[in-house]
Amino acid sequence: MSDLFRPELQQEPTATQGEGRYVVGDPIADTRAPDSPIGDRWADRKFSARLVNPANRRKMSVIVVGTGLAGGAAAATLGEAGYHVKSFCYQDSPRRAHSIAAQGGINAAKNYRYDGDSVHRLFYDTVKGGDFRSRESNVHRLAEVSLNIIDQCVAQGVPFAREYSGLLDTRSFGGTQVSRTFYARGQTGQQLLLGAYQALERQIGAGTVEMHPRTEMLDLIVVDGKARGIVTRNLFNGQIETHLADAVILCSGGYGNVYYLSTNAKGSNVTAAWRAHKRGALFANPCYTQIHPTCIPVSGEYQSKLTLMSESLRNDGRVWVPKERGDDRNPNDIPEDERDYYLERQYPAFGNLVPRDIASRAAKNMCDAEHGVGPGGLGVYLDFKDAIERLGRPAVEAKYGNLFEMYQRITGDDPYEVPMRIYPAIHYTMGGLWVDYDLRSTIPGLFVGGEANFSDHGANRLGASALMQGLSDGYFVLPTTVADYLADAPFDAVPDDHPAVQEAVESTRERIDKLLSANGHRTVDSFHRELGQLVWDQCGMARSKEGLEKALDRIPSLREEFWRDVKIVGTGDGFNQSLEKANRVADFLELAELMCLDALHREESCGGHFRVESQTEDGEAQRDDENFSYVAAWEYTGENQRPVLHKEDLEFSYVHPSQRSYK
Amino acid sequence: MKLTLRIWRQASPEAKGKMQKYTLDDVEPDMSFLEMLDVLNEKLVLDDKDPVSFDHDCREGICGSCGMVINGNAHGPQKFTTTCQLHMRHFNDGDTIDIEPWRAKAFPVVKDLVVDRSAFDEIIKSGGYISVNTGSAPEAHAIPVDKVSADDAFDAATCIGCGACVAACPNGSSMLFTAAKVTHLGLLPQGQPERATRAINMLATQDELDFGGCTNVGACHEVCPKGIPLASIAQLNHDVLGATLTGARSD
Repeated sequence: MSDLFRPELQQEPTATQGEGRYVVGDPIADTRAPDSPIGDRWADRKFSARLVNPANRRKMSVIVVGTGLAGGAAAATLGEAGYHVKSFCYQDSPRRAHSIAAQGGINAAKNYRYDGDSVHRLFYDTVKGGDFRSRESNVHRLAEVSLNIIDQCVAQGVPFAREYSGLLDTRSFGGTQVSRTFYARGQTGQQLLLGAYQALERQIGAGTVEMHPRTEMLDLIVVDGKARGIVTRNLFNGQIETHLADAVILCSGGYGNVYYLSTNAKGSNVTAAWRAHKRGALFANPCYTQIHPTCIPVSGEYQSKLTLMSESLRNDGRVWVPKERGDDRNPNDIPEDERDYYLERQYPAFGNLVPRDIASRAAKNMCDAEHGVGPGGLGVYLDFKDAIERLGRPAVEAKYGNLFEMYQRITGDDPYEVPMRIYPAIHYTMGGLWVDYDLRSTIPGLFVGGEANFSDHGANRLGASALMQGLSDGYFVLPTTVADYLADAPFDAVPDDHPAVQEAVESTRERIDKLLSANGHRTVDSFHRELGQLVWDQCGMARSKEGLEKALDRIPSLREEFWRDVKIVGTGDGFNQSLEKANRVADFLELAELMCLDALHREESCGGHFRVESQTEDGEAQRDDENFSYVAAWEYTGENQRPVLHKEDLEFSYVHPSQRSYK
Repeated sequence: MKLTLRIWRQASPEAKGKMQKYTLDDVEPDMSFLEMLDVLNEKLVLDDKDPVSFDHDCREGICGSCGMVINGNAHGPQKFTTTCQLHMRHFNDGDTIDIEPWRAKAFPVVKDLVVDRSAFDEIIKSGGYISVNTGSAPEAHAIPVDKVSADDAFDAATCIGCGACVAACPNGSSMLFTAAKVTHLGLLPQGQPERATRAINMLATQDELDFGGCTNVGACHEVCPKGIPLASIAQLNHDVLGATLTGARSD
């Protein structure tokens, strides 16, 4: 880790807020991207990556945690190459990873429409969409690899939408003006994940991949500075087990469930990433979270999760609120001239297709100004009346039928007759474990892919880019860079009774015992709800110094209360879903604090991170490139110790930072 | 709404299970079925009782984790609806609701409403894929696929692997699940080279596991939350017969 930092670059801290709550450490000097023109970097890296003799590969073992697009694809591909892979997921089958729920589509710069798309344009759009807070090298590689992803998935039998010619159909998607999004009705994530899952099952059958479903990683084993294994809990029988390997890859997803209510699956959690962080991996940009503009609003206190409606709906749906405050008429009774199509009004160039952060904030502003509709005034309309008139009901049905059905099932309202009500919800987290160009974390031998890393989306992810990044990391990047690392393997065998292994197992056991022995008065969910509300209020769509400081003062006491007063029935020696939840919530209670601290120290607005103190006159996010054009990578230094901030300066040689404008 | 719930409680795979009665007084029509069970579980925990275990994850009808037999119907009374998307507005104040796990020999109970469906993964492992290694794919537009085949393949590919079909089948057969994958891949040009062996191998695996045989009852299709066409089974039988006649080897 030491060669990564360059103390001589040390600068005076620019941020003053949060001072005293953290320490500024050495900046990160090198992300290890090749030093060639941007279009050549990935080709150069692939060529410089060392190879492993096929005969030696089966002697080398790799652990992959998570079986979503990144993890499933990486495990399958490394298995195909002949490595001995151990794959883990907490679900009962690798096919259920939350990538399955992605609806809209996957971007690729195929330019099949001949509408001016190119690798460079996808690169440009992604850097701009990320509000100039991502790393150019990584994003360019992502755009290049996007071409291979579509080829690979089609060959696997992913049933993408097609035209009558038999060729692939594409559509335009939030934040872009070209049609580069490939899709499989409203279930693109499902179809891509099943492709990866099937490739994975094929390798399980071939004996290269050993599958461990219903097994949750609870700690990382670091031996002599290298990641060498994981501690897991078998969710069937509660057994704490250790698994050792030459390298560990985390593809364990994002941390959106810190908010309790999110579009994530109920089991999605930060535990694997957070434990790696506590073992030495830096955590980057935790305050960059994405709020998706088109979700079904909350209906009551019992609400357990939020459901997303694909933003492809914004291609044909028009967003509006009543011009009059508190207008509670039936939407169909509100005449045209009394409706405010505020996105079309404020952003004439992009209209309803502005990027997610902008659409979400605009909805919040409308609701704050008391133009919101539905329970609590927390909703805006998404109206398909014009689309149905223009295209006819069958065409709308073909495009969005399953989404309309889903909406009706949940709300009881028919969107063909009444406009949908939507409200923003937490959907994706751009922050994650810090990785270099090779997706290596700061712990040698620990790689991080997919949503679990921070790498490609900057401060805001564009629609249809998550699937692209997951598969890019899994199918194409990790297999190359992990092989390069394994060229030095196999490493010395780690005995099961190695002190580092024993220590990790013991601390995991102690933690579980502590949770079970609290025997307090509050359920795990009640703590999770309270934490979620606090983080949503203070570190959600709009953040302020005052609010963040309030959250930072409250979180440690809530955490203390949790450990003292949580109530879990049952034991650790069997199937115990309350215990599973408690383990995850305990980590969210720690992550939340770092999120708020990161948000407090970043005294600028960028992408999904909106600081009320930093906005333009007309309420748009105001970046501060002079002081904050860096990745904030946080180092864990111990319980209740101040974290250390390492900055990775972002350089823009190909896309010049500008104030984003979608007007 | 006030409800009486009768829920299957079984502490472990070996334990003897039984239906246990609970009452809930404050159920709201806009709650999902699983949110109603969340409310029950919060109460149970505070009363120092073991909460009801049930599988669930995405809660938006796509991951296939959830599934329970509600009043004798897999996933409950609403067609094309997974348990997580079923809402309490479809029940009435004062109702008694029976809640049981999937009942099938191939899906042993783990705890309460949780069953082990790993047999489905075994079926996919035996041939539910196209053998194309990463990096070896031709350009995506090299092989056009007619829209009708692509759409039909998609319809079969929407299976979420929840297991309702097996739970509803009087024989405990997984025929619709297996047929959905055989149909999805068999309709696409990319799936042709392995079409015959895929059908034979997947069917053979299904038979080796604890699934029963298919007698064309059709209950599977009736309860399928994704409406997988029953014709998929005819497609599977067609492929198996064709493979047998042409002497495709199953190895």
